[in-house]
Amino acid sequence: MAPDHPHPDSPPTAARPRPRNPADLFWSFTWLALQGFGGVVAVVQRELVEKKRWMTNEEFLEDWAVAQVMPGPNVVNLSIMIGDRHFGLRGAFAALAGMLSFPLVIALAVALVYAQWASHPAMAGALRGMGAVAAGLIGGMGLKLAVALRTHPLGPGLCAVIAGVSFAAIVWLRVPLYGLLLVVGGAACVLTWRKLAP
Amino acid sequence: MTHAITLQPLDWLHLFLYYLSISLLAVGGAIATAPDMHRFLVDRNAWLTDMQFNASIAIAQAAPGPNVLFIALLGWHVGLNAGGPGALGWAYGLLGAALCMLGIMLPSATLTWLATRWAHRNRERRAVRAFKQGMAPLVIGLLMAATWVLGRAQGQPATDWPLWLLTAAVALLVWRTKLHLLWMLGAGALLGVLGWV
Repeated sequence: MAPDHPHPDSPPTAARPRPRNPADLFWSFTWLALQGFGGVVAVVQRELVEKKRWMTNEEFLEDWAVAQVMPGPNVVNLSIMIGDRHFGLRGAFAALAGMLSFPLVIALAVALVYAQWASHPAMAGALRGMGAVAAGLIGGMGLKLAVALRTHPLGPGLCAVIAGVSFAAIVWLRVPLYGLLLVVGGAACVLTWRKLAP
Repeated sequence: MTHAITLQPLDWLHLFLYYLSISLLAVGGAIATAPDMHRFLVDRNAWLTDMQFNASIAIAQAAPGPNVLFIALLGWHVGLNAGGPGALGWAYGLLGAALCMLGIMLPSATLTWLATRWAHRNRERRAVRAFKQGMAPLVIGLLMAATWVLGRAQGQPATDWPLWLLTAAVALLVWRTKLHLLWMLGAGALLGVLGWV
């Protein structure tokens, strides 16, 4: 495995800090995952680019685009990519384990505390309110990302139709996801491919 | 809160295989597949209640770390339902959490690992850009659908309008401000305790 991807725009790699070993990767990703309430992306950028300087902003953006394209949680994908770049498969495992281990323990602990109090009406009310907020968090993220569709190759109108069809198919028609991705997603990709200059 | 169910070994396998099968569909984050998980876990198999489903997502949002951990919590709650109170419930809960996380992570992590270098080298290629950009409007639709399905599980728009109002207000705040998400979750919990929503 060649552990490095030289980047044309980046300063010489010799001058750049990098993780010392897989254990360093593990603890670095553990630390940034534990700071990320409700979303880890912003923390990843601040820690890895601005504080540790393992990568430049340009490299972060490119990696982030790929991490988002790939199936699976994007911050998890990003941790695999960065870990692999420095220490191959071992690095990928170290970063992935760092991202998931301690947060998983904490999430289970919170779930246990919750279960102790679940029958209490105040707890039921709190969860009800937090559930509504959690729904809103996802909706807000959707609105933020929707703004980016204004410059989409298909144009905002067609994008709105595709988004609307997907929404209706899931919410009212209860179509299984793979069918939707295959038919509507496939059509959207082909249409986009035709719009993009070769 | 308790919802006793019985799971055969084949059911556990089914749970694992289900997560294996949707892993590669989670383009745009695991939360986009939440409606399908709701269909599978709550509607079709009745392994979870609506409330447990929503609690799993809310707890994962409130706790630090990637939000994909809500899938571990879904498995944990399925295990608790199968094992009942006591040590057996904990053991089954851990088994459920492990199966769900392994299932959702294994295919996508492997694919990411294999495809990373290829995509990095070919980032200017037309097919790569077409896939990346073509999926964008669909991902937006899925995120909005996830919002709706989560909201619907809490209550109907006509009778539970304060809840829906809260959801809409939070969506606007996330979109327009940089307010920390914890403040919003805290406010939601407080409104719920006070019985205003």
